[in-house]
Amino acid sequence: MLYRETGDFSSTYAADQQTFPIRSERYLFWTAMAFAFLVVPFLVNDYWEKSVLVPLLVWSMAALGLNILTGYCGQVSLGTGGFMAVGAYACYKLMTAFPEMNMFIVVVLSGGVTAFVGMLFGLPSLRIKGFYLAVATLAAQFFLVWIFNKVPWFYNNSASGQITAPERTIFGVAVTGASAPPWATYLFCLTLVFVFAWVARNLTRGQLGRSWMAIRDMDIAAEIIGVQPLKAKISAFAVSSFYIGVAGALYFSVWLGAAEPTEAFGIDKSFLVLFMVIIGGLGSILGSFLGAAFLTLMPVLLKNVMVGGMSWPTDLAAHIEIMLVGGLIVFFLIVEPHGLAQLWRLLKEKLRLWPFPY
Amino acid sequence: MKLSKLAIVTAMAAMVGGTPALADLVFPSLSYRTGPYGANGIPFADGYADYFTLLNERDGGINGVNAKVIECETGYNTQKGVECYESTKGEGALVYQPLSTGITYQLIPKATADGIPVHSMGYGRTSAANGKVFSHVFNYPGTYWDAASIIVNHILEENGGDVKGKKIALVYHNSAYGKEPIRTLEELSKKYGFELMLVPVDHPGQEQKSQWLQIRRERPDYVLMWGWGVMNQVAIKEAANIRFPMDKFIGVWWSGSELDVAPAGDGANGYKSVTFHGVGDDFPIFEDIKKHVVDTGKAAGAGDQVGTVLYNRGMYAAMLAAEAARTAQKMHDTKELTPAQMRDGMEALKVDAARMTELGLAGFGPEINVSCENHGGPGLGAIAQWDAAKGTWSLINEFGPADRGVIDALIMEDSKAYAAENNIPERCS
Repeated sequence: MLYRETGDFSSTYAADQQTFPIRSERYLFWTAMAFAFLVVPFLVNDYWEKSVLVPLLVWSMAALGLNILTGYCGQVSLGTGGFMAVGAYACYKLMTAFPEMNMFIVVVLSGGVTAFVGMLFGLPSLRIKGFYLAVATLAAQFFLVWIFNKVPWFYNNSASGQITAPERTIFGVAVTGASAPPWATYLFCLTLVFVFAWVARNLTRGQLGRSWMAIRDMDIAAEIIGVQPLKAKISAFAVSSFYIGVAGALYFSVWLGAAEPTEAFGIDKSFLVLFMVIIGGLGSILGSFLGAAFLTLMPVLLKNVMVGGMSWPTDLAAHIEIMLVGGLIVFFLIVEPHGLAQLWRLLKEKLRLWPFPY
Repeated sequence: MKLSKLAIVTAMAAMVGGTPALADLVFPSLSYRTGPYGANGIPFADGYADYFTLLNERDGGINGVNAKVIECETGYNTQKGVECYESTKGEGALVYQPLSTGITYQLIPKATADGIPVHSMGYGRTSAANGKVFSHVFNYPGTYWDAASIIVNHILEENGGDVKGKKIALVYHNSAYGKEPIRTLEELSKKYGFELMLVPVDHPGQEQKSQWLQIRRERPDYVLMWGWGVMNQVAIKEAANIRFPMDKFIGVWWSGSELDVAPAGDGANGYKSVTFHGVGDDFPIFEDIKKHVVDTGKAAGAGDQVGTVLYNRGMYAAMLAAEAARTAQKMHDTKELTPAQMRDGMEALKVDAARMTELGLAGFGPEINVSCENHGGPGLGAIAQWDAAKGTWSLINEFGPADRGVIDALIMEDSKAYAAENNIPERCS
């Protein structure tokens, strides 16, 4: 009833190949987008912005980036935290060096810087694979965080080694700094995530995405049919790092407002994003969003239920939250090893046949 | 039947609503009872909560208004700290004690924009002591730069005023917190001619073999430590292992609790740390806490921390907050406070010796006199030493001043830079 392709005919190739070929799914998507762009900004307050929506968008962006590398191109990376740090420090240096620059440009340039660094650290992927590559990217994680802690130029010689985002505006409205209104920061992140998710979806459907997937599925076979491993792997590292760099820039400038490298960009962030990608679904754009939502919203929800709703002691709630989130991760992976995106896919299949399944 | 139903309904309403009655004075506590820093976070959070419980139980609140502590678990993590701040600020929070230098740095611009004062007692951004720039941030009664200078003064005293050519190592948590004293120590090393050696330890500091090997090789005359959580225990154990003389090993006030020295056993005997308040439970207020809070089963946590160094510090923080609230109530002639009024109260806070005696804390800390220009308080500190046999800390000298000439200049320089970066006009003129 709700999800039906009956009577939904496509008469052109373009209509047949669009991202959402079924009309009801298209409507659902555009309604959700209209709600996110036109309704949420009027409802959002500081708490929702800083604890729910902006974290969700930032982690979705990071998960998108890692999903391109790991999910589409099959290169395991544990350097996400380090690449987010590159984005954040590039953003900080650009913000302080060019105070007049539009924040959109700053964030995109930070992504560009990260893409370059990511390409450098992606070079070993031409020689090593799998676990060995994971270890090489782990080195990137530790090296990058160490260098941002070590070289005072990166943090403008501040006494404590902290970087703090000054106030920057877009069309006269502050999007960073303490006095930025919640709707502005939310819309800023949402716009970037929307645009780049769109780009990612279309990249993965095109020639480049197909070459990544060929490398992922079998690199020798891909090479024989004419896919250049150098081009495919390095471009995956570049695009992935660009996304992660943008996420890092937003994470530092819009969400936190201040950061120190060891705490904000530690190895736990790399694992967090990797978990998001695995739980959400490898090789799925929707999966990146579902995984990010699961791992950012679930702890906040559990905390509010246990401490706010049931008045439990905070330490007990914190311990139970860790156990519950861990338990849920195991549960979902057992029930559906291909991630939440696969659950959604199965649900759609069922809906198409409902009420007459065979 | 009816009555029990009513009771259930009220209990449900209290559980679901959870919002304080308007009359409460709300003091959020961004505590951490979990994670690698949990062992140190627990006594502080207990002390903070117990003092307000004592006021409510014994005096019926602060000038008759109930004080309410809302706890929120941060795990010493800045993201969770920000979430805690956003979730509690709407409940009428009067003052925030972030208890983490990282979270303090996050909250300085946010809380200033929201008009809620932050009290980073003996931590956070040192240059916030300049009230002309930082309107809503207070770090009385002392700062890290004061601590560094007081330790160096102690070393000078031990060496008859001459430390030329001596080598002093700083073992520090490689974060904003641990890096704070470096600027001051560099200045002081120029002034007194000692050699400064920097030894960073990465979070969380479980593994310090290579750092202590370096210390063993380079043989510094003194080792200073800026550590927190498990890092302190490991460092003191490692120092005992390489037989570094403990009376030449001096920690900041966050590296000097019972928890830190206990694992090293007798090896930690003679370890020193600087402190800005008294140690032990030999003050009249502890009898009241025992009677009104612990014995009635209202103590926060397990109730077994009373009188430890960090418990005392949490209690001291709560006492200063309560006194500031009293000052604010008097200034604005009101019982219920807004954060803005609380800020005024903190800026006009005066706690003299007579008042300390009244509170049952005679000689617990130096007199405090906050002004619009100076949010950093007197900046006095004493050195405490650990006696492993007795299991107690004791002060070995009087509360003494820091090198104001050096520190005030540094505070001016750093706060001016912050003001310029963020376009903050100077106040207090």
